[in-house]
Amino acid sequence: MEGVRPRVRVDSATEAGAVVEVKTLISHPMESGLRRDGDGNLIPRQIINRFTAEYNGEMVIDVTLEPAISTNPYFEFDATVPEPGTFTFTWYDDDGDVYTSTNDQSF
Amino acid sequence: MNLTRRQALITALSAAAVAGILPRSASAQSLEDAMAAFTGGAETSEGGIIITAPEIAENGNTVPVEVEAEGAARITIFAAGNPNPGVVTFAFGPLAAVSRASTRIRLAATQDVVVVAEMADGSYQMAAQEVKVTIGGCGG
Repeated sequence: MEGVRPRVRVDSATEAGAVVEVKTLISHPMESGLRRDGDGNLIPRQIINRFTAEYNGEMVIDVTLEPAISTNPYFEFDATVPEPGTFTFTWYDDDGDVYTSTNDQSF
Repeated sequence: MNLTRRQALITALSAAAVAGILPRSASAQSLEDAMAAFTGGAETSEGGIIITAPEIAENGNTVPVEVEAEGAARITIFAAGNPNPGVVTFAFGPLAAVSRASTRIRLAATQDVVVVAEMADGSYQMAAQEVKVTIGGCGG
């Protein structure tokens, strides 16, 4: 899908083992598949169905989304940062597209 | 027990009638089905989960909900009053600092938000909180 933009905000860890708060938002209509257009035809479902957050390849959170997640899906959670490295955030669209964003942690 | 053909027919017909006149039970059933799919049919006990959601949500299109269950491996949210009860499932990995997450969900009408957590030992906890919705989400 065109024009999908992820936005991520992560605290900076100050030492190994620190807990950081992660906030993620991605612009996406999350079309539920239950709405009808002006002519009464069902608008086909198109949502982000999965979101993952990893740090240096280790899983932080793996989220399964249903159509009841609001437009522009937002998630907030807490991650442990065991050593300097990189967060990788991945969103999976119904149409097969994959959107990613990263965040580096150095201390 | 020895059923005659007539008794068997009456039993079958009344079962069909009950199923037919109780369409609301279909959605209640699907919440149970969805919960059973998550727990594998295991028993759930109450408590152990903190749900943070507004008592009254003016806009059902975006209702902030936070769930936390200490030591949970997975937490899932159901909205029993939506067309489909499933909302979201959080699976916490080794680098999740606490089993806590927050997001924004759609609620079609005033209803109970039901949260089920799978604990590290394989047991299940559940909790529910009512959210009053002024304008429903889910479009339509």
